[in-house]
Amino acid sequence: MATIEQLAIFQITIPLIVAPLVFLLKNGNRAWFLTLVTSVAMMWVASQLLVHVLSVGEFVTQIGGWAAPWGIEYRVDTVNAFVLLIVSGMSSIVLMFARQSVNQEIESNKRSLFYTSWLLCLTGLLGVTITGDAFNVFVFLEISSLSSYVLIAMGRDRRALTSSFQYLVMGTIGATFILIGIGFLFIVTGTLNMADISERLSDTSQTRTVRTAFAFIIVGIGLKLAMFPLHLWLPNAYAYAPSVASAFLAATATKVALYMLLRFIYTVFGFEFSFDLPLSETLVILSSAAILVGSVVAIFQDNLKRLLAYSSVAQIGYMLLGVSLATQAGLSAALLHVFNHAVIKGGLFLVLGCFVFRFGTASLKLLSGKGTQMPWTFAAFIAGGLSLIGVPLTTGFVSKWQLVTAALDIGWWPVALVVLAGSILAIVYVWRAVEVLYFRPVSDDSQIVKEAPLELLLPTWLLIGANIYFGINTELSIGVADVAAHWLMTGTR
Amino acid sequence: MMIWTIDLPPFMPFYLAALLSVFLRGWLRAIVMLAVPVLGGLQLTGLEIGEYNIFALMGFEFSPFRVDRLSILFGYLFHIAAFIGILYSLHVRDTVQQVAALLYAGSALGAVFAGDLITLFVFWEMLAVSSVFLILARNTEAARRASIRYLVFQVLSGVLLLGGALLYFGSTGTLAFNYIGLDSPAGYFILAAFGIKSAFPFVHNWLTDAYPEATPTGTVFLSAFTTKVAVYALARGFPGVEVLVYIGAAMTCFPIFFAVIENNLRRVLAYSMINQIGFMVVGIGIGTELALNGAVAHAFNDVIFKGLLMMSMGAVLHMTGRINGSDLGSLYKSMPWTTAFCMVGAASISAFPLFSGFVSKSMVMSAVLQEDLGLIWLMMLFASAGVFHHAGIKIPYFAFFGHDPGYRPGEAPVNMVLAMGIGAVLCLFIGCYPVFLYDLLPFAVDYTAYDITHVLAQLQILFFSAAAFAWLQLSGIYPPELHSTNLDVDWLYRRFAPNCIKRLGVVVKRYDDAFRNLFISRFNRTLYFLEQQNGSHGVLASGWPIGSMVLWVAILLATCLLLFFI
Repeated sequence: MATIEQLAIFQITIPLIVAPLVFLLKNGNRAWFLTLVTSVAMMWVASQLLVHVLSVGEFVTQIGGWAAPWGIEYRVDTVNAFVLLIVSGMSSIVLMFARQSVNQEIESNKRSLFYTSWLLCLTGLLGVTITGDAFNVFVFLEISSLSSYVLIAMGRDRRALTSSFQYLVMGTIGATFILIGIGFLFIVTGTLNMADISERLSDTSQTRTVRTAFAFIIVGIGLKLAMFPLHLWLPNAYAYAPSVASAFLAATATKVALYMLLRFIYTVFGFEFSFDLPLSETLVILSSAAILVGSVVAIFQDNLKRLLAYSSVAQIGYMLLGVSLATQAGLSAALLHVFNHAVIKGGLFLVLGCFVFRFGTASLKLLSGKGTQMPWTFAAFIAGGLSLIGVPLTTGFVSKWQLVTAALDIGWWPVALVVLAGSILAIVYVWRAVEVLYFRPVSDDSQIVKEAPLELLLPTWLLIGANIYFGINTELSIGVADVAAHWLMTGTR
Repeated sequence: MMIWTIDLPPFMPFYLAALLSVFLRGWLRAIVMLAVPVLGGLQLTGLEIGEYNIFALMGFEFSPFRVDRLSILFGYLFHIAAFIGILYSLHVRDTVQQVAALLYAGSALGAVFAGDLITLFVFWEMLAVSSVFLILARNTEAARRASIRYLVFQVLSGVLLLGGALLYFGSTGTLAFNYIGLDSPAGYFILAAFGIKSAFPFVHNWLTDAYPEATPTGTVFLSAFTTKVAVYALARGFPGVEVLVYIGAAMTCFPIFFAVIENNLRRVLAYSMINQIGFMVVGIGIGTELALNGAVAHAFNDVIFKGLLMMSMGAVLHMTGRINGSDLGSLYKSMPWTTAFCMVGAASISAFPLFSGFVSKSMVMSAVLQEDLGLIWLMMLFASAGVFHHAGIKIPYFAFFGHDPGYRPGEAPVNMVLAMGIGAVLCLFIGCYPVFLYDLLPFAVDYTAYDITHVLAQLQILFFSAAAFAWLQLSGIYPPELHSTNLDVDWLYRRFAPNCIKRLGVVVKRYDDAFRNLFISRFNRTLYFLEQQNGSHGVLASGWPIGSMVLWVAILLATCLLLFFI
């Protein structure tokens, strides 16, 4: 039995090693199976890590036995163990769905390449989360970014290529900004280890170099996070990527970026430094704008994937809003929404995957009236939509409730109003889709399709069911989010 | 029966039987329905005073089964009433009515054994919801409309009770249902709730409106439970509250006038019901031991003799299909048993000595005299004469004697006759052996109904009002029975208010239309503008060139740097 330190290393090395093996398997189905097994194994590892940090406490693993300032160390605490579990879990569930969807949407000679990129992306996302070394963050960020460009570019629509290229340029700028910021920090502190940086910054934090580093890192991560108004790459990338890639990236990539933001704000720069600067004000304005603009634009979208993508922009706004409150309750609400939004958006993108699988399109015009032909898929869409709106007994409600309570705790009632307005706009865009899918007459009577196969429906309903389960039983989600928020605020359990 | 433990709240057997009745048919259902009140009544005899099954939920303490002398008296009463009612309606082949009747009787039991206000509220609403089906089951347009008005009043009462209960909890910190009084605003809310259900003046029309519209058997149940639950609640929550004396006195008098001119004989009984409740409310308002005993005893008797009268009128309606006094007459020839039982009921409600009304009404009257409330006493004397007039003479006279329109329907079904027979025997039994009832009353009774003054005074009233009726009838002054609509307070909300609203509506509509059109055109223009901005080619939603995206990055970075440096 591997020790917990070894498990932490396996979390990264196994998908990294399996990725080229998957590429060697030319058969798409076998590649898929190996990827799925790896991903599920990583989910198991992540759950072990989370159980360990919850029961025993945080721990540090030094790679290759090199001590911290010179070597790279992996630090596992409640926050990143939570994110590791979300990322590997969402990857596993979406992969269950992936085989049939990928077989339909991607040419057979590219399928193993797709799964290779998937594993590399997973490696990168897990690496960003687990590492305790600032430069290592950049490296893993690039691994995940480069592989996600590939994932997006494999979409059937030729516009996938331009969207992927746009994302590549923007993503690279973002990564560069982060690198510049880390560089500045290295100049000031002479170390790349996050814990060391944090320690040494306390003496030198008032210099302009550190503030510049902070600005570069916030903006750089903001790009990866699709923070308004840096979200412009996201709608096209999600809209034209293969269905499963949209689901995977929507459920994980932005979540990891948010984790990165929290890690830099709270651990590296420290709470006092970060919120002495007008960070709170900046975030509250940008996130409110994200909620309102993202939701309003989502109302007018014809492509359902774009609709969900703009909704994601708004949902990221909710997370940032939680961060901007600068209280433990707000932080906890943000972390909770990281989990809940992963479940909601993952589920909804899988629903769209089902529609695309049968109808070959996610355009509302072409799908008008066709919800009736796939009752289970359509029911999943409604359940997920209710959660997106924030109807009680769904995860969306729990998130918004926590967020509004946290905002009212410190008397920020306009924030509560913004959340409310966002929910009302969400009703409009979800209902508009429901109305077109179900109540409009069928646009053309060309094809009558069957319900999506069970292999697609099961993972979809697994996530939609999780939406309802975690909307009712919040012990696990709120519990871990609270512990993690407490950890970030105080550095103790 | 293992489930039937001693601390099973009495409403449970009824609810379970209602559930069973959905699935059972024919004689099996009849057995279940008849067995429940018998077994439930026997269970009560073994009960100790106390509270059972207390449980806590969401920080409130609930007491669904509180047994004391007051609640157990009503417990017996409702079991008897339920048995008589079920027997009376045994020939009905309508699952909805029978299930509703069981639920209704169960809810009444739940309400009188409720030890806290929230439990009371739940059964209060269940009473309303289950009983409305007894009215709807008549299946006429008038019944449907009346049932909605009935439900509005009942639900209003429930809402007031809930509001009052929460206020009461806020001011006292307890939900226990004991003496409430009018010391706090909560008391007024709760009194209003109880008042609606016990048909206080101006909110009494739900009763006279809906009861005559219910099915022949439904009215028997309705007359037994709703108002008596309210009387019980008043007796528990507001004994000795002075305003009740005046309200009650008004209730005894004003229905007399309506009852005299009313043609629908079941509506006559509905008015006389308010009049009888008036006696109970006066007793509760006085609040002495004698008065409370009298009020409660009168409630007990009223359920039986009013039920008996309602049953006899129901039998007439069932057999002839008519209930208006002007259409009926001379039925004694074909319905001798019903006639006899109706006379017993009429004698009881008029408080003839040796009949049940006498032994309880005289207690209230004596209590009034003891408190030196002369005017109230005179009003009640007038009401006693009036009740004899309309319920004691008018009902039997117009239905069974008087002019002969030629109906020869034959005697009522045997189950109806049996049920009426049980009621009649109870009326006589209690009238002759009042000690049986007195022993059950909440306070020890040191009172004899049969002394010279009571008997003589009562007989004088009765004979003189009988003489008055005979003289008025012979001289042709007595208001003839006509097909007519008599105006009561309900004219205000059935005619006046709707007309006002209609007039007002015409004016409002004009402005409303103009405003709507303005709003719709503005809304459409805004939508068009938003579509321009956000539609697929709008500024915020279209694909952007990479250069512009990067420009935004630069702007944000510059802003951040600027902000962080200041």
